[in-house]
Amino acid sequence: MKSLLIINRQAPWSGPGAREALDIALAGGAFDLPIAMLFLDDGALQLMPGQHPQKLQQKDLGANLQALPMFGVDSLYVSARSLAERGMPQTSLTLPAEVLDDTALRALIERYDQVVTI
Amino acid sequence: MKFAIALFAAPHQPSSRRALRFAQAVIAQGHEIVRLFFYQDGVYNASSAVVSGQDEIDLPSQWREFVDQHQLDGVVCIAAALRRGALNDEEAARYSRTAASVQAPWQLSGLGQLHEANQIADRLICFGGA
Repeated sequence: MKSLLIINRQAPWSGPGAREALDIALAGGAFDLPIAMLFLDDGALQLMPGQHPQKLQQKDLGANLQALPMFGVDSLYVSARSLAERGMPQTSLTLPAEVLDDTALRALIERYDQVVTI
Repeated sequence: MKFAIALFAAPHQPSSRRALRFAQAVIAQGHEIVRLFFYQDGVYNASSAVVSGQDEIDLPSQWREFVDQHQLDGVVCIAAALRRGALNDEEAARYSRTAASVQAPWQLSGLGQLHEANQIADRLICFGGA
């Protein structure tokens, strides 16, 4: 089976991008495909605790994110540089994502057969 | 070689034109396109309601002709299309909407179609992602 890495670069409330990247992962997880997700750039903000989507009249993206491991998508990664740029501590993320430096990030992308960036 | 082609950008974005030119080159060089998959704003490329200026290219028409001519499998993500108002007759009836803008050769279907195409294809080529 071909493996797929989804690179999720969208801030959680900037439009449908974050949810649509997530939907690709959830759909693939339902088919038991080897799928990983990397939170990169503004995508890292999706892992920030203490968000209040109801104040923006948005559905809670966090619930869908928490569903990833349940759908068999448990290879989750986040860029150390993206977290640092946004002042996000590596220790308080809403998902158990592995924090990767730039070298590890390159190796990760190399490891997957196919890559989708949203 | 077998290609799956995914398009995420609207027809007025340069990525959509590049995707079509790439797809045409794939066929011209004797390769196979296992599926076109339109997602996010890419769904508008399947809309018959897009009107271009007379001196501008009409990308949705060019896509339609290309898919018809080569009998390709053209799939539009149904969830992405519904939230952008790109419906076929069946969905327009289901949700009591007055307009349908997606017709054959396009099919509305789920994201599973993207994953299935990825498994069959040697290469997934994406256009218009972030």
